[in-house]
Amino acid sequence: MRDVAIIGAAMTRFGRAEVSLVDLMCLSALPALQDAGLGDRRVDAVVVANMGGARINRQTAVASALVDRLSLYPAAAETVENGPASGSSAFKVGFQAIASGMADLVLVTGGEKMRAVDNLEATDFVASLSHPEAEYIYGVTLPSLAGLFTRLYMERYGVTAEHLAMVAVKNHENALKNPFAHIQQRITMEGILFSPDAVVNNPLVADPLRMFDCCPVSDGSASLVLASVDLAKKLGRPIVKVAGIGQATDTHAVQERKDPTDLLAVRQAAEKAFGRAKLAPKDIHVAELHDAFTILEIAESEEAGFFPKGKGAKALEKGTTSLSGKLPINPSGGLKAKGHPVGATGVAQLVELVWQLRGEAGERQVAGAKNAFACNFGGFGNNVVATVLVRED
Amino acid sequence: MSDGSELEGLLRPPALEMPPYPPKAITLASGEEMVVRQIVREEVPTLLEAIAPFLWVERDFYDIVSARLFAELLAFKRYRVRDEYCLVGLIDGVLAGIVNGRADGPDRGMSYHTLSLRRGLRVGAHLFAAKMEYHVEFLGEKEVLIVAESPIGFRRWMIEYPLEKKFEVSHELGGVPSWVLTSKTYFAAKPRLVAGRRPVPGALLETAKIIKLPETKPDKAPAAERRSR
Repeated sequence: MRDVAIIGAAMTRFGRAEVSLVDLMCLSALPALQDAGLGDRRVDAVVVANMGGARINRQTAVASALVDRLSLYPAAAETVENGPASGSSAFKVGFQAIASGMADLVLVTGGEKMRAVDNLEATDFVASLSHPEAEYIYGVTLPSLAGLFTRLYMERYGVTAEHLAMVAVKNHENALKNPFAHIQQRITMEGILFSPDAVVNNPLVADPLRMFDCCPVSDGSASLVLASVDLAKKLGRPIVKVAGIGQATDTHAVQERKDPTDLLAVRQAAEKAFGRAKLAPKDIHVAELHDAFTILEIAESEEAGFFPKGKGAKALEKGTTSLSGKLPINPSGGLKAKGHPVGATGVAQLVELVWQLRGEAGERQVAGAKNAFACNFGGFGNNVVATVLVRED
Repeated sequence: MSDGSELEGLLRPPALEMPPYPPKAITLASGEEMVVRQIVREEVPTLLEAIAPFLWVERDFYDIVSARLFAELLAFKRYRVRDEYCLVGLIDGVLAGIVNGRADGPDRGMSYHTLSLRRGLRVGAHLFAAKMEYHVEFLGEKEVLIVAESPIGFRRWMIEYPLEKKFEVSHELGGVPSWVLTSKTYFAAKPRLVAGRRPVPGALLETAKIIKLPETKPDKAPAAERRSR
């Protein structure tokens, strides 16, 4: 296998897009190609991550459409749909193409235009990833699953509403430093939890989760250009090496798990990624975790091996995961505040980490970041992709 | 021959005695304090200045809401609308949002508009709730007729409260079939949706004495841009 590097990275500001799905993807693909400094070289393949184009935007075969829109023929093109893990799954496909020698240059673009429909339909669309007979038909949505998960986690590990709010406040604060973040709004513990008005400012969504515990519905796209490390060196690009990717699955229905608070697929995916990278969680300097709900940042930080089970909230409390802490988590603002256009999310996490490793993250730069970790969480933890990136000097 | 004041007497609608809206303070999600208070006619020109940049913003129907609100406040200033009032939300004295409406007799309110200049903090929702509070709790009306011009408004009012249909009555805003908030619905929703505390501490109230305009204007004016091409 050849070593693979990321040589180009770009994303749109998440939020609401006024352009079509494919044009939205172009808005990150073009700057990523430019960032890669390809000159007259052309990409061999385009891999697109998208979850809802067929249903929400009446657009299928999105990768073919993107190739056409950018005149990238005869590049191979394929669309990957893997729920909210579509982004990092597409990235994995691109990685495999380079590593195997099937391609020398690959464009990976994730994009979603979810605000084309109202919130109820967007929620229903995302809920369609749940088990059709065991969950969906009973009205299960992702917020409701996350609410059940959170309640159990609180009972078992002592996580409190205050811990959840601390994740939200931290990630909103980080997003204020990220010009690409959807929500650029400072929030405070007083305003969302302690004040008598907090109950109105921050209403219940799915007990015990409140509005500020949930990510927004976003449009957006993110793109990466992959090459072999050898080619990256020839092109004179800074080398961000893909040190390891791990993927794991778990039962479709959450109720079938022996312990529903055990996010086994996160643990297994992380272990595989770290094993391939020959690194351990203690070696990581910055991480992007899939905090579609605040509880997930805490739970994933434990399952990925950064903190012992049940100790993630304590680390949060101590400031370990804040931007100036020992292991900053979600410096981008995370899904919580940067936004969560489902197909784009996994790619956008890696875009942020590439910028961090190159020292290009501006005000939210994690000093001296050399090794980075991403967790892209599909379904309700039934399909997870973990990635370790390393800066090579 | 009639002088100007006689003519004005003919043109000016009669007025209902309306108790004032007592100011209140709301802690926003950002931790900032927003003072909600009623304005007087002399403050209308300041509000018109704040509203004008939104007249060309199509996004979220800011254009139609702004244009109608502009006209309604002008009519309020020049006594050409009956029993209108206007509440504003001020953060450190800076205008964050405007709501208005009028009393349609002693028992019924007519909700006009809600314009949020500061987004992402439920400013519009807080101000709409304050407006309903005024109609039901201070004016003692039994019901308020409401329509929504934007999807956000529909979600915030019709769905969140929730409102009932009263489609047999046309609303003053374009003859659109009305929805209604009854006092029963209001009091049921109050714990969830109506925030704020009274009295407002003196120092905080002082910051809201003079309305300051926001420093930033809306991002773009799509309709105007298109016309100039």
